[in-house]
Parts: sequence; structure tokens; C-alpha cells
Amino acid sequence: MRYMPHTAEQRREMLEKVGVGSVDDLFADIPASARVEGLLDLPTHKTELEVDRRMHAYGRKNLSPAGIPFFIGGGAYRHHVPTVVDHLIQRSEFLTAYTPYQPEISQGTLQALFEFQTQVAMITGMDVANASMYDGATACAEAVLMACRATRRKKAILSGNLHPHYRQVTDTTLQFTEFSAESLPVATDGGEDLTSGLSKEIACVVVQNPDFFGRLQDLSDLADACHEVGALLVVVVTEVVSLGAVKSPGAMGADIVVGEGQSIGVPLSYGGPYVGLFATRQKYVRQMPGRLCGETVDQEGNRGFVLTLSTREQHIRREKATSNICTNAGLCSLAFSIHMSLLGETGFTKLAQVNHALAADTADKLTALRGVELVNDSFFNEFTLRLPVDAEEVVGKLAEQEILGGVPVSRLMPDVEGAKHLLLVAVTETSTDEEIDQFVSALKEIVDA
Amino acid sequence: MLNNVGRPTRPEASDTESDLVETFTGNKALNLETPLIFDQGEPGRIGVDLPEPKAVKSRLGGLDREGAIGLPDLSEPQVLRHYVRLSRQNYSIDAGFYPLGSCTMKHNPRINEKSARIMGLGDIHPLQPTETVQGALELIHDLGEWLKTITGMPAVAMSPAAGAHGELCGVMAIRAAHDAKGEARTRILVPESAHGTNPATAALCGYKVDPVQARPDGRMDMEAFKAKLGPDVAGVMLTNPNTCGLFETDVKEIADLIHGVGGYFYCDGANLNAILGRTRVGDLGVDAMHINLHKTFSTPHGGGGPGSGPVVLSDALAAYAPVPYVVKEGDEYRLQENVEGDAEASFGRMKGFHGQMGMFIRALAYMLSHGSDGLKQIAEDAVLNANYVRVGLNDILNSPFDGICMHEALFDDSSLKDTGVTTLDIAKAMIDEGYHPMTMYFPLVVHGAMLIEPTESESKETLDMFIGSMRHLVTKAQTGNDPDFFTQAPRFAPRRRLDETSAARKPVLRWTPSDAD
Repeated sequence: MRYMPHTAEQRREMLEKVGVGSVDDLFADIPASARVEGLLDLPTHKTELEVDRRMHAYGRKNLSPAGIPFFIGGGAYRHHVPTVVDHLIQRSEFLTAYTPYQPEISQGTLQALFEFQTQVAMITGMDVANASMYDGATACAEAVLMACRATRRKKAILSGNLHPHYRQVTDTTLQFTEFSAESLPVATDGGEDLTSGLSKEIACVVVQNPDFFGRLQDLSDLADACHEVGALLVVVVTEVVSLGAVKSPGAMGADIVVGEGQSIGVPLSYGGPYVGLFATRQKYVRQMPGRLCGETVDQEGNRGFVLTLSTREQHIRREKATSNICTNAGLCSLAFSIHMSLLGETGFTKLAQVNHALAADTADKLTALRGVELVNDSFFNEFTLRLPVDAEEVVGKLAEQEILGGVPVSRLMPDVEGAKHLLLVAVTETSTDEEIDQFVSALKEIVDA
Repeated sequence: MLNNVGRPTRPEASDTESDLVETFTGNKALNLETPLIFDQGEPGRIGVDLPEPKAVKSRLGGLDREGAIGLPDLSEPQVLRHYVRLSRQNYSIDAGFYPLGSCTMKHNPRINEKSARIMGLGDIHPLQPTETVQGALELIHDLGEWLKTITGMPAVAMSPAAGAHGELCGVMAIRAAHDAKGEARTRILVPESAHGTNPATAALCGYKVDPVQARPDGRMDMEAFKAKLGPDVAGVMLTNPNTCGLFETDVKEIADLIHGVGGYFYCDGANLNAILGRTRVGDLGVDAMHINLHKTFSTPHGGGGPGSGPVVLSDALAAYAPVPYVVKEGDEYRLQENVEGDAEASFGRMKGFHGQMGMFIRALAYMLSHGSDGLKQIAEDAVLNANYVRVGLNDILNSPFDGICMHEALFDDSSLKDTGVTTLDIAKAMIDEGYHPMTMYFPLVVHGAMLIEPTESESKETLDMFIGSMRHLVTKAQTGNDPDFFTQAPRFAPRRRLDETSAARKPVLRWTPSDAD
């Protein structure tokens, strides 16, 4: 009850001022047959100490990645978040502020969003970005909706090597609209044919880079082929740190870039909240979903920032709105922006190099094991192994030794042929040489057994 | 003499300088300006120490990045100071009162924040083997049970990422249920006072939005509603308590009528705060309702997100719930991740992974802190506070609807008529008084609306002060002897009124290097 300030005496005084005899009179509009008598069938209030104990009990039943060999990726990545990031986002003025609809007293949030939009546009090689989406998968679905609006076409082609959650969210979002998406078959060994389905009916092709299996590909020819028939190229990036080392989607000709920004500044948190990135070319700005922050001046001529172009949103056009989204991942985008500011050009590039080098080193050590092959020859910090044994069983056995050794591909792609033997392995700057060696020798024992 | 030690006294200010009102730096004492991050730094600085990368042959497939990105290089203290200065340009619930109707800005307890960062909760990966995350699955399951008990509903979908995402979930479940029966229904009925996302959501599910007007008492017009019912109606989307701050007294009849034509009842749960522990939407005949965890259960607003919008579902809609969901089997928890087996009727997946876990933890910590007794007290105090504000102001501001309100009090601008002062002017003047403005111009059904929601965490002292400030401003407007007072507000905010029109006409959405010159 510590969050509620009224004393019993004050409640009496206030009820009297309101002119009712009892608190029940305030709820007289609720039909009598639907009123709850007494209390709900739930425990009564707890002290802070009791809540803390209970929460720690939940935490203890999970295997924390801290201090153990950890190699799980698949769309969420474990990176070191500098202490400053969490400290700053817990400042009251960021943490407990409302959406910046009153710009005069929200310049902190607004300037941070403007800087976030700039950073996202820069790293993706695009002209503009929005103030973030729920996550990468929902950003992907919104990108397809936007491409359909922009081209006035109704069909999208999705790469088979797109993260399955991104494909499923897109399918779910489109299912009751006039638009549809066709998914190509999964091509675990690469060489996917993304161009043969292209025609003047197609609004966009959606392709992930690096793809779900970790493979990097040059998308320039695909971009040209799309543009030749008036389709847009949508590029999905699930590991945003890769942009520090890899040619940007913008430089390869992408029209829309969406991604998951969790890698920068946002903890794993069992899958959410994350931060969806959304960037595009200048000419599509008014088709872009989500919140946007823009620069302007106040009545004294000082530079300031406001939320802008909201007529695209649900506020005014209602059923004609570009999407039903009325929020962003504000605090997560702030965390992203702070982490990115700490890294800067030098740090972001170096972080990417450290990731790539450790992953390459780990891949060499793992593929030296008997019967273990690398499925993709190019990669950033994640790659797929073909094992001589069932990958899900391997992951289970490793977990028993407190080693989190990757994602069995069959978990996300249960219907794909041969997926049973595929293991997706991610390596970031958080892994030490000792942890890598532990992982390698544990896997060796399992495959040799 | 000793007092001067350590204090430089030169150079002495000249007479001309002392006349200057503006400061050299642009700062005003504690109100410190900060340039854009891109206008700071020096190439080669770094704010994060990283190990030297091992020397390996690039495996990037020849796709190495060429050229610089253009990000500025700063040290850790520079970045820290930048964001601390930015934070000081913001209002927040920790600093003062937000009487924001329809948005429920209440106290954000720090035990919630601490809990979300516990080792084993904040740092676990969504694709860890489920045997290694039994505590996480148990927590999600327990939170779902609390939500089901609070609402009296049999099922809950946890994955929607925000309120509007929850709306989409609920209406998709409705569409999926009709489709499963082979019924092609085309219309959704939505009262005029609905949130703007309601019509957008219905449109995204392929429905036409058919608005239903309000009665003079602020509730949905039942005659108009009945006239619109028919076999092509998929459902009704009602906010209850509604956006006029009133309980829809005919709610059970609405449920019976919509069910009578084979439609479903969607309830926008944005205002759940007002009825916690007092009534359960399951007893009102609701089929689906989203719950804004950030509003009702105090997960912080974060300057615009992230939110979380679990949806409770009736038996009629439960089978269509999106994946993933947690299933308890004995003492074990399982995660149903794909549309298969028991989830064959599911309409699909709404977001990556399993939902907003970080928000689940915070919301559950809040619920545990309150318990059944505290949850009921929340509704009682929230409604008491709103009515206290209502009677504190209704002699000088017009309430468009009579009688008791729920958790928010609605006024219009009719008592400002002929003063030249608008609802917006009052809002901006409130900033100078140290408050975040109330919700303005919403709901749209009321001219010059002012929607005030105090929430349960505000004390009587704060409310008395706020009522005094509002009375002062309204009286000042009505006397009309200081017109500039309102048009010039805010005077003391970090920025004066901003030019939103030119921002929209010629949008500048990012910094570009040429701006630095």
C-alpha cells in the first residue's frame, strides 16, 4: 500500500467533498450483477522484501548466461552493454517521462530521438529512419505494408532464409489485408533464386543479410533486378553490429532497411522489449510507419524538436492511417543511441571486427572436429554447422554441462529437410578464449561418442 | 581576506557586459544546453574500451564496408554529460504531476526496475533450451493467471507488444473466429469516442468501421447501436470506462445484443485502472480486451515505450490466440512456439520471440506489491481522486456530462468562450505552473476537451495545489486583463512554443554533415 498516499481520514474528507456517502457510491454505474463483492481470489499485498525474494526465486530457476560458455544467436545477441547505458536510461526524466507530445518540456527525449534517427540512417546507409518500432519482426511486416502502399502493388516475395519469426509475423499481419506474401523455400546451402519470381505485380522482395544461417551476400544485382520491374528491395538486418564491418544495405541498393537493434544497448531480456529499426529513402518519407521526430524552431528562434508528420498516423486519418502503430520502443531506442554514442565510429567498427575475428576463430576450431562441417562459407559473427548427430540433442547435452551451445535450426524451422543436423552458433565479444575452448572440447566429446 | 583564496576575481566585468541579458554559452544556470551529439567529439576518441581483434582472414565474402559511417567519437564522460543534460530538458512523473487523461501516468516503483535486472531474468536468451528457463516460463504463466483472475476471463495472449498491438490481436482473433465458421462479416461498430487506433486496427483486419454516436449523457447511443446491428457485423469495439471518463452502464445489454447477431465484443482495456477489483470484464460479457501493462500496472512510459499489451480472451476466441504461449504440464512449463498441434487454430505470430518479458517482470512485481486488497484500493483511490478534481473545478469549468465520473474528469472550453484563451493556452500555462498539461482536445466528441486523470498515486495535497492552479488560470483567463500571459506561455520551459507547422511542411528528420557548418 506504500504507493498510495491517502489516509483514512483524508479519504473521508474527500468523499464528503465529492458528496457521496461511501466509496461504493462511486461505482454505482457498474451493473449490480457484475460487481465484485469482497476481494479477488489473489494473495494480498506484499512488502518490498517479499517481492524481491519472489523475483529472485524466479531468476534462480533459469540458467543465466553470465560466466558460462554462451553461443546463442538466431535474431537476439548477447553483447556487453556499457554500465553508463543502463545508468542513464534509469534517470527519472527518461524512464518515467510520457510520450513527447508536449515538446516544450520533452526536448530531452526528442533530441535523443532525432539523434537516434540519424544514427540508424547512417549505419544502414539510408536517408531517413523513424523513431523505432516494436521489434525487428514487426518492422519487417510494416516494411511490406509500406512497399505495397508505395508501389500500389499487392504481392511480396520473402526469402526462404529470412528469420522464421519475421516471415510468420509478416504473414500474420497481411492475412486479412488485400496484400499477400509468398515465401520461397529455405535454401540452407545458399544460392537462393530471388529474381525469377519478379514481375510488375511484385511490390517488394524481402531478404535478410546476413541471412538466418549467417551467410553474407551481395544484394546489388538483386536491387537492380527489383528496380527494373519497379519493385522495392527490403533488407532485414537482425545483427546490427554487422553493419560496422559489412557493406551497408543502402550501398547495395536497398529501398527499405529494417532490423533488430537489440544488439546495441538492449539486454536479452528473454526476447523483449527490443527495438525495431526502420530506415528508407527520402522519397518514401510520407509512406513510413511509426513516430518521427523533426527539427524546428521555437518562437524565440531556438532550435527545438517535435514529433512530426503525425497525420500519417492514427491521430487524424483514423481508418486511413498508414498503420495502427501509435508507439515506439522509446527507452530502448535511447539505450541504443547512448551505446552507439559511446562506441562512435572507432568503437562501432572495432566492436564489429572483434566479433568477426572471434567467430572466425571459433568456426575454425569447431570445423576441425570430426564430421562437423560449416554450411556457410561467409559470415559475420554467426554461422551454421552440420553435425553428424541430432543438433537438438547436442544442445540438450551441452546445457546439462551449463554450456549454451547455439540454436538447433529445427526449433525454428521444424519442417525443413536436414534441419535436424544443423546448429546455429553465434560468437560475440562476450566470449572468452577459455569459454570457446570449453565449448569446442564439450562438442568434441559429444560427436566422438 | 581568506575568503578570497581560490576565487579568481579577474577579469572584472565591464559595464557593457553587465547589460547583456543573454549568456555567452546559451546556458541559463541549471538549464544547460547541449549541442547535437554529431557536433561534438574528435575522431579517434572512444567511449568503450575493446580488446584488439585477433588477426584473422576476413570471412565477410568480399563485402567489407568501404568508407566511414560518419559517427562522432566521444569519451565516456562526454557521452554521460550529453545525456544527463538532455534528461534535464524533460518533464517526468518522478518530478511532478501528470494529469493526463486516458494515459494513466502513475508512480513507477523502483523495485519493478530492480526485478527486471535480476540475474537470470534480464540476461536470458529467448532461444535457450526451455529446461534452462523454467523460472521465466513460470513467471509468464503466473502473470497470465493474475490477469485472468483480475478480468474473470478464461484465456490470455501474452505476446502483443503494446496497447494498439493488443487491439490488433483481439480483432484478429475475432476475424479468425468468423473465418473459421465460414462467415464473411464486413463491419465493426466503433463509438465516436474511441481511441484513434481502434478504427485503424479494424481496417488492418479488413473491416469497415461503422461509427456509433454518443448520447447526451456521454454513453454510446443504444438506439443507434441497435439500428446498426445485422448479420454483417463482426463485432463492436467499446472502451469501458469510456474516453469521456464514464462507465458504459448498458454494457451487459451491449454484450447480449452483439452476441445476438453472432458478433463479438471487443473492449479497449486502456482504462482498466478504474475498475480493478470492482468488476471483471468477463462478467460483463466481453470476448477480448487488451491490457496496457504500462498504464494499469505501472511499467514506466519511457518517453514513449516500450509498452506491453496482453489480451484476455473468452472461450469463444481462445483457440485463435497467437503463438507463442506457455503451457503448464504438471510441474513443468512448455512453450508452444509454432502453429501446430494444439495451436492449429491460432491466427499466427505477432512479434519475434515470446513477448515483452521485461515488462512482464515489472508488472508482476507491481501486482505482488499490491495484492488483491491493493488492486481494489487502486481503483477506489483513482476514482476518488478524479471526482475530487471534478468537484474542485466544476463551478468554473463546464463538465459536459453530469454525475460521478470514473478515473478521469472531463471538462470543455465553454467557460473560456469569448476570453480569447483556448484549451491549448491553458495547457501551455500549466507548464509554467510546473505541471505537465492535461489531455487536450480529446475525446473528439467534446469541443475544446480537457481530460484530467490524477491516478491513485497522487496525494490530496498535490490535488489541492493543482485545483488551486487551475482555478487561478481559468479565473485569470476569464478576467481577460492580461491576454499576453496565455499567448506567451510557456515562458519558463526549456523551449517556448515550437513551430510544428513548418516541421511538418519541410520535415528535417536527421542531422546531415552540412548542418555542422
